[in-house]
Amino acid sequence: MAVWIAVLATGIGCYALKLAGLVAPQRVLSDERVRRFTALVPVALLTALVAVQTLAHGRVLELDAARLSGLAAAVVALLLRAPFLVVLVAAAVVTAGLRAFGV
Amino acid sequence: MDSQRRAAVRDGLGVGLAVGLSGLAFGAAAVAAGLGVAQACALSVVAFTGASQFALVGVVAGGGNLLAGALGAMLLGGRNALYGLRLAPTLGARGWRRLLTAHLVIDETTAVATAQPEPRSARAGFWATAVSLYLTWNLATLFGALGAARLGNPETYGLDVVGPAAFLALLWPRLVSGGTERVVALLAMAVAVATTPLLPPGVPVMLAAVAALAGVVRRRRTPPARRAGELSKA
Repeated sequence: MAVWIAVLATGIGCYALKLAGLVAPQRVLSDERVRRFTALVPVALLTALVAVQTLAHGRVLELDAARLSGLAAAVVALLLRAPFLVVLVAAAVVTAGLRAFGV
Repeated sequence: MDSQRRAAVRDGLGVGLAVGLSGLAFGAAAVAAGLGVAQACALSVVAFTGASQFALVGVVAGGGNLLAGALGAMLLGGRNALYGLRLAPTLGARGWRRLLTAHLVIDETTAVATAQPEPRSARAGFWATAVSLYLTWNLATLFGALGAARLGNPETYGLDVVGPAAFLALLWPRLVSGGTERVVALLAMAVAVATTPLLPPGVPVMLAAVAALAGVVRRRRTPPARRAGELSKA
């Protein structure tokens, strides 16, 4: 029962946060600086997420060679202007391949 | 449908299917942690934000305090509020549609929507990602919880790198073309990585928002941008 309460509380809390951003009065966006800030927020948070998902396990920083190589393969694919799905496949194939060889 | 919107839908479907498959890992982790199949599925249906779900399940697995676990999960969900602020003018949802749209404002939909050059393709990308990811994530959670883990650890197939690779690919054009964006990105990564060992999971990524503030300050030193007319920009 306690787990059910935690599950539902998490769901409701996460939903409330999502809604809060959408219903915030648009007046706050009339300020040029606020607009610049919100435009740059996804860049900041998503690159931070890429770094944390690649380099951290919980609160521990770790260098997972297979995962790092997969991300490096994605960067190479991007530099070669590969299509989006090719980038994803390249990353997964390199990571899975290295793990198959025990890296 | 014009080519820009087709490209946005294609990217969205790709993200939705690829990232959604990691729901297998979530379902398996949830059941291994002691959640029932129904609880694992309920969490994916009502929370629908992967990082928060994994956080709660981790606390359950570790036998930790459930209240603290739920609060930690919400902390991780805090960034969705910032995404909503950014996406609200683009999505333009009103009334009951806004209540539905809000549930879908997460990392993946924001990444695809904000990678598009104009509002119409941004909306197309948002909805393509939202629908495909919601369906895939919830189905994958169910299969993962029912024992698809016997197929092996999703990390074996390199699925853990798909999320970061997708975000990087979607941000790439902005990182290549914008000096301010590059500075913000590097600063954000430095802040998040440096504070990861010190703060609860979720906080470092939220804290990286200060990098966006630095971008605002940097922009003000250059000649002022056009003020009128920018509001409609995606």
